Amino acid sequence: MTGPGLTPSQTVGPYLGMGLPWTDGPFVVPEGTPGAITITGVVRDGAGAPVPDALVETWQADPDGRFGHPDDPRGAAEPKVAGFRGFGRCPTDADGSYRIVTLRPGALPCPDGGTEAPHIDVSLFSRGLLDRVVTRIYFGDEQEANAADPVLREVDPDRAGTLIAKADPAVPGLFRFDITMRGDGETVFFDV
Amino acid sequence: MTVHQPTAPAAFSLPEYERPAGVHPPLNSPAYRSTALRAPGQPPVLLPQHLTEITGPLLGEGRVTATDADLTTGHGGEPLGERIIVTGRVLDSDGRPVPDTLVEIWQANASGRYHHAVDEHPAPLDPNFSGVGRCVTDSSGRYRFVTIKPGAYPWRNHPNAWRPAHIHFSLFGRAFTQRLVTQMFFPGDPLYFQDPIFNSVPQAARERLICRFDLDLTEPEWALGFGWDIVLRGQRATVFENEGDA
Ligand SMILES: [Fe+2]
Repeated sequence: MTGPGLTPSQTVGPYLGMGLPWTDGPFVVPEGTPGAITITGVVRDGAGAPVPDALVETWQADPDGRFGHPDDPRGAAEPKVAGFRGFGRCPTDADGSYRIVTLRPGALPCPDGGTEAPHIDVSLFSRGLLDRVVTRIYFGDEQEANAADPVLREVDPDRAGTLIAKADPAVPGLFRFDITMRGDGETVFFDV
Repeated sequence: MTVHQPTAPAAFSLPEYERPAGVHPPLNSPAYRSTALRAPGQPPVLLPQHLTEITGPLLGEGRVTATDADLTTGHGGEPLGERIIVTGRVLDSDGRPVPDTLVEIWQANASGRYHHAVDEHPAPLDPNFSGVGRCVTDSSGRYRFVTIKPGAYPWRNHPNAWRPAHIHFSLFGRAFTQRLVTQMFFPGDPLYFQDPIFNSVPQAARERLICRFDLDLTEPEWALGFGWDIVLRGQRATVFENEGDA
């Protein structure tokens, strides 16, 4: 049985800023939500230059490791925190930076009985990318969970650090996650 | 499953989305020069489709108003250009409609100029056209926009480079795996042969980006109609036993 052919991807081009950003896009939870964290970083290209015309999108579980989605076999979770959307989107600034305000996601059960460490899925779009690229944000202070994570275990240990957001020692609740599109320190991207 | 369990059973199954081959453009497509510094140099790592991947934002309600699907209104006057209707269904590759999903579009005006600070093409802006639209698919997966046919525009990829007329589309589907951003093109455009973005798509799949003129969608004495269905990755039912037999 063959269905209709998939629609191919095309680049967002240089004018994505017209159509995609939302004013509340970076806020996976409303600003000021107790326990909210900020993840920020710079997107850089293969020459190390900041990318000022990219869009970062995030998708994640809630702090209990649940999703407001009917395909989760545990059932769709009602949001416990008012306004939690699970989804964030933020265009990069002139200096290549983005930020997402969210709650830390919970760990997730795997179909085979294992556990995935808390993580956030990321789609990156920009001019020069003919399809989105996908990466994951893990948290540097979850060392034990990260060590047991089935996805991180498959990643070249020399590159796995590119998937880890690092807590800013000076600012509680602030995490740093840079994305390098190509070259030295290239972020690990996934085929999803 | 109707009982909401606080934790998953020790082992459970999840839907699996097909992994397309020969459909999407290679990220490293040198003819499109901007890929040189932005496409990853390393091959991607295979990501299993677990809970984060088979779920996704179910956006729509509160993100659109009824007038967002008509790009020709809301500006005090009518935009210049050829008024068109663009409509079709969002489906998955099993042929199932994707209802209640957000569709976002953006485009140049009839002169080929984007309402964006970065666009330096010396063609006129149209005070009555911002070129941004949104809608949510209905229960049969249908979307519909009223807009203006966008103009072709020059860019600096190679000498005398011009983009064929196109509308940018953004789709969510119902899972992270289904997220898609693409461009819709028009039949018979003479600029295809020199466009490295359109031609980055494997040839067998390229024509899927071109809408069709449809007299049945055309409204007499008012607007030309174009049909374009968008197909997102479909779910494969999990095979529970004897996978070797499949
Ligand atoms: Fe464009």
